Amino acid sequence: MSPLKQTPLNAKHREAHAKLVDFSGWEMPLHYGSQVEEHHVVRRDAGMFDVSHMRVVDVRGEAARPFLSQLIANNVDKLQSTGKALYSCMLHAGGGVIDDLIVYYQSESWFRIVINAGCADKDIAWMLQQRDALAPGLEITPRADLAMIAVQGPAAAARLWTAMPGLEGVAGVLKPFFGAMVGDMFVARTGYTGEDGFEIMLPAKAAPFFWQALLEAGVKPCGLGARDTLRLEAGMALYGQDMDETITPFEAGLAWTVDMQGERDFIGKRSLQALPRNRQMVGLKLIDRGVLRAHQMIETEHGGGEITSGGFSPTLNASIALARVPSGVQPGDRVEVMIRDRGHQAEVVKYPFVRNGRALI
Amino acid sequence: MSIPTDLKYTASHEWARLEADGSVTIGITDHAQELLGDMVFVENPTVGRTLAAGEECAVVESVKAASDVYAPIAGEVVSINEALEAEPQKLNEDAYAHWMFRIQPANAADLDGLMDAAAYQAAVDAEAH
Repeated sequence: MSPLKQTPLNAKHREAHAKLVDFSGWEMPLHYGSQVEEHHVVRRDAGMFDVSHMRVVDVRGEAARPFLSQLIANNVDKLQSTGKALYSCMLHAGGGVIDDLIVYYQSESWFRIVINAGCADKDIAWMLQQRDALAPGLEITPRADLAMIAVQGPAAAARLWTAMPGLEGVAGVLKPFFGAMVGDMFVARTGYTGEDGFEIMLPAKAAPFFWQALLEAGVKPCGLGARDTLRLEAGMALYGQDMDETITPFEAGLAWTVDMQGERDFIGKRSLQALPRNRQMVGLKLIDRGVLRAHQMIETEHGGGEITSGGFSPTLNASIALARVPSGVQPGDRVEVMIRDRGHQAEVVKYPFVRNGRALI
Repeated sequence: MSIPTDLKYTASHEWARLEADGSVTIGITDHAQELLGDMVFVENPTVGRTLAAGEECAVVESVKAASDVYAPIAGEVVSINEALEAEPQKLNEDAYAHWMFRIQPANAADLDGLMDAAAYQAAVDAEAH
């Protein structure tokens, strides 16, 4: 086995006695003591995550927009204001999801993409292959020289300005889902928690100083454990769990990210038009005692299904899940989840489960 | 946290204590809760159930994972700690102060087959390497 890759913040995690684990070949903090406390601090105040394992990819050149309009399932023509971000899936010709990503529009000749750590190598190979076929002159540059820190929570903005007063002028006026350059930092009002917050991409060398300044401003370090329970409560899909190359966006609750309209012919579109839509993603809340987990099987009135992400929700003090079930299953339905060979009652609910600190179910 | 010397231990990280009335109280060790992280669920065996030594009989779940709890010795379940089921996080505060279930052993001498604190410490140390 090759040694684990480390982010520029590895020494900071060790200083804080993080429990470090292998995540997609990266040595990442799982938690710094209590995952549940880290979860609550993001819902109530402000926490930060080292997400430097995610890969920034810059797409530069005049053909950037037409290229991206073929590469991804959402429509980059929705990006007309400078700084606007767009969430999308990137599909293969069969309609399965290669990865989910965010595209930030900076100019007609510069779009910035952020992709998942575990998919980075195959994504970049795919993008280069498509580039060679569709837009040979386009520059596609993976930015391994950048670190990325997510500062999330209702107090994220205030604490960020305390840590780095120079950011407030530009970043303070960013609307949700917009990003802007501030000196050599790229600051975006995006995240993976269901709270207000920012994702900041900056030179790797500057990351430990920035992290330290955030610590001193009262932002608590949070690990991947809390990141997972926060995103689950926020109803956000996790690649590799809720969808993968065998799953279409329609089966992963991501129809809202696919623009089927008009003549635009993105990769995977024809398969999506042809494939039956007989499975859907729903939320579950466990009624009986226990904990819902990925891969538990479900029985519904319309047939079998499976949990794709499940766990304990610290905000709701209950177990919740995302599950793939047959079409026809409706919010309010009761389903049976098999936990250790015993049926447990769960209720189908609309998700997100939690937004901006508030329970929605 | 140091390992209490008045308890007996298993390789699967349960502790067992012989009570004055001859029953045996069972819980999970501090090392077990440390490995699992924040506890969110405890399921005990039903009272009256007869357990074989080493039988899967209870479950603890943390935010991270589910873990089976095994009967350290054979016996019949005589009581369970319902208060712990309502507040699983107590296991993170002090795993030795919060028991899970109590059995009437089939043979009290079976306890002698379990590890003492020094042997358990050695087993935990060996696991870390």
